[in-house]
Amino acid sequence: MQISLTENTIAEFLRHDQQKDLLRFLTAGSVDDGKSTLIGRLLFDSKKIYDDQLAALERDNLREGHAGDDMDYALLLDGLKAEREQGITIDVAYRYFSTNRRKFIIADTPGHEQYTRNMVTGASTADLAVILVDAAQGIVTQTKRHTFIASLLGIKHVVLAVNKMDLVDYSQEVFETIAAEYKNFVTRLNIPDVHCMPLSALRGENVVETSEKMAWYDGKPLLHFLETVHIAGDRNFIDFRYPVQYVVRPSHGYRGYAARVASGIVRKGDELMALPSRKRSVVTSITTWEGELEEAFPPSSVTLTLAEEIDVSRGDMLVKPHNIPRVGRHFEAMLVWLGEQPMVADRQYLVKHTTNTSKIRIDKVRYRIDVNTLKRSDAGEFELNDIGRVVLTANRALFFDPYEKNRATGAFILIDPVTFNTVAAGMIIDRVSEDELPSKITGTSAVTASGKRSRVPLDEREARFGQKGVTVWIMGLHGSAKNDLAYSVERELFDRGATTVLIDGGTVRSGLSRELDYSPADRAEHMRRVAHLCRMLNDQGLLTICSFISPDDNIRRQTAEIIGRERFHLVYVDADPEFCRRSDPELYEKVDRGEASYLPGADMPFEPPEEPDLRIIQEKDAIDVSGVLDYIAARGVFPLV
Amino acid sequence: MNSYRISHLRQLESESIHVIREVAAEFGNPVMLYSIGKDSSVMVRLAEKAFYPAKVPFPLMHIDSKWKFREMIEFRDRYAKENNWDLIVHSNMEAYEQGVGPFTHGSQVHTDLMKTQALLQALDTHGFDAAFGGARRDEEKSRAKERIFSFRDRFHQWDPKNQRPELWDTYNTKVRKGESIRVFPLSNWTELDIWEYIRQERIPIVPLYYAKERPVVNMDGNLILTDDDRMPEELRRKAEMKMVRFRTLGCYPLTGAVESSATTIEDIVLEMMATTKSERTTRVIDYDQDASMEQKKREGYF
Repeated sequence: MQISLTENTIAEFLRHDQQKDLLRFLTAGSVDDGKSTLIGRLLFDSKKIYDDQLAALERDNLREGHAGDDMDYALLLDGLKAEREQGITIDVAYRYFSTNRRKFIIADTPGHEQYTRNMVTGASTADLAVILVDAAQGIVTQTKRHTFIASLLGIKHVVLAVNKMDLVDYSQEVFETIAAEYKNFVTRLNIPDVHCMPLSALRGENVVETSEKMAWYDGKPLLHFLETVHIAGDRNFIDFRYPVQYVVRPSHGYRGYAARVASGIVRKGDELMALPSRKRSVVTSITTWEGELEEAFPPSSVTLTLAEEIDVSRGDMLVKPHNIPRVGRHFEAMLVWLGEQPMVADRQYLVKHTTNTSKIRIDKVRYRIDVNTLKRSDAGEFELNDIGRVVLTANRALFFDPYEKNRATGAFILIDPVTFNTVAAGMIIDRVSEDELPSKITGTSAVTASGKRSRVPLDEREARFGQKGVTVWIMGLHGSAKNDLAYSVERELFDRGATTVLIDGGTVRSGLSRELDYSPADRAEHMRRVAHLCRMLNDQGLLTICSFISPDDNIRRQTAEIIGRERFHLVYVDADPEFCRRSDPELYEKVDRGEASYLPGADMPFEPPEEPDLRIIQEKDAIDVSGVLDYIAARGVFPLV
Repeated sequence: MNSYRISHLRQLESESIHVIREVAAEFGNPVMLYSIGKDSSVMVRLAEKAFYPAKVPFPLMHIDSKWKFREMIEFRDRYAKENNWDLIVHSNMEAYEQGVGPFTHGSQVHTDLMKTQALLQALDTHGFDAAFGGARRDEEKSRAKERIFSFRDRFHQWDPKNQRPELWDTYNTKVRKGESIRVFPLSNWTELDIWEYIRQERIPIVPLYYAKERPVVNMDGNLILTDDDRMPEELRRKAEMKMVRFRTLGCYPLTGAVESSATTIEDIVLEMMATTKSERTTRVIDYDQDASMEQKKREGYF
């Protein structure tokens, strides 16, 4: 920046300056790597340190300086008294400077192992990381940890600053050995852009100016790199995500949805879909104080109005109908524990994800990762600074993307429900598929013979009822008339003196499973509850008749295991999908339009059973119970004489 | 993708609006502290933008120490009226009636009673659970580590060792009854950003920021404006007319002017870039010791 600017050129300067973009970067290093000195140097050499701060620095330098004859730049930075006394920085500090090309925000994070938390915090908003090593020490454990965290938090550009080159006589060989070792290490991580640079922050070599002492180095100095590295391409302009923050309602009929565009681009006239309602509408305006816009892109904060009044409130998300995020309550994530109190598995925490806050449970810790060796190990619970992979279940559906694809919709925090402290930061990996869910329907090993303690044994009950306590499980597509069949069978059996219980999906979902939705994971939990209910009823000698879609072998096998294979009788109502559609066109069409989801045979697979105990071909509307009754009699469940 | 570049000012603006909306959505009773200074003026404009075309859904509050420059109060009243602000003005009347002021009680007692205590009284009286402040991290060393959402306990105290981690733009807004959050939407703005934004957005500011011939007294190296006759007469008699302006605004006896001929924002920016004094040095209260601001913050001052 030129001090000799005249008044005529200042307007020009400001016009230029206002258009500069912003680079946020993180600095990390071990205690003695000279990180504060480097930052001080960047601030100083970019001429943004005001003289009176320098005057204060000179005063401090006499008392506390560590740098011998040179100015101790580190003293510019360490803000809090306690830290200065300890000689280390213990929290993230933000610094600001600018050059002719860019504005910069530095998140300065401390190096100690116990402060993984702080580095994660600083990395969460950074586009780039500068990781320092001492040329005389080379790559140390902390270097690897810092790099891993940068990669974990999705930082795409990493600079390894090999500092204190003055202490190794500016040796090219030393630098290249370190650079080679580092490059070898980072291939194991997911960082697309890695640079190694030799420099001496203390002597100002290769920080702002190219170093004459390291003429062998043909790259640009650090500041030049920071000024020119391309970061706009790191933003996601593809997947439109608009997590509604606030509904703007001035008195006159205007209703606007205020949010920050998390990713993607929205234009006036675009058709949008609201989650979770899946209702659609068209953007009629993009309102801002400056006037209406034709389009909005990240990270702008705008307000949208829609053509039709659809019910949208804070926590909902507006997306494009053909590019929707994952919707679900179960997901896997990398979790960094930030709380002083260790994690308690099975306890409910609060999750804040985009503009949504909900309750959440940590179902399972898959592994803990050692940030120094990248080795995985089993872990029950996490303590402060632990990092690892977990499975979570939220109380309601979240709308998310994998963090790798979308930082804004893949990130979340966990909040302790009692202290309200922020206890963890999470990066979503993906939705959990049903067969990978821990502790759901698969937990059949926990089933023990119930009723054992009862003084009325099952055979006495069965003798009194004159029947066997079994489950007749009637399955088939929605609209296959399986419910009709089940009700008719029950009526017939009851009339003949049987003691029966009928269980169907609608009834169970209205009470016992009312918090569950139709997603595969929830369906599995729903079926688990029904199966246990059947088991209990069968143990009481009651004849249970069930009617459920039961779309795949996995669910059917596990249901049979819980109830007991010998008591589980699978009846498949085999109806043509077109026949099923005709019996409830409304629901099928809703699914086709995307307004409802998770209907087996429509938007998710339906696998017919290969070997049901009984197959009923359903071709017309009339219900014929004789097949089922004959089967029941033949198996000795209930005599039909 | 070049057309989707965003300037740093627009990016900062968007982040601040996001913060302001988040508070309005998640807190029951927020308030925006309005100091009449340039940063406050920017913050108020950002709030107006955040809810446009609706009105800002929370009140503004000015803690009036009763020793502010007269031009500040005139400016405040005029703009509140013109822009239909819902403005609360609070003063520590008990201390005021006992005659507390910087000339008689010294800067520390005055600041504590008329600013810190007055603020705490007002927050308690109205039961605000979130209060916006216009502080920036680049102002002073101890602010560099302040969170954007800064938690305060029931006694409004700030514990620098026990701050909540703050990640991404996912802010933890949970507080129990009696606890509160101080929110700093301008955390990431620098002084130059503020001036550029005022210029770009044509935001009105108190004329004291512009140079003018004003009567000032040299008190221990600080040029103090003789704003009213509460300044002891023996001091007022020493007043000289000088071309001065103010880089920050506060209580007039505690805020030094700088000699300047800057009468436009361009002049001010030019002067600022060539200047040798950082912004807060013209505030007398910071002068005592380096860690004094940290101390004041622990006690509840912004």
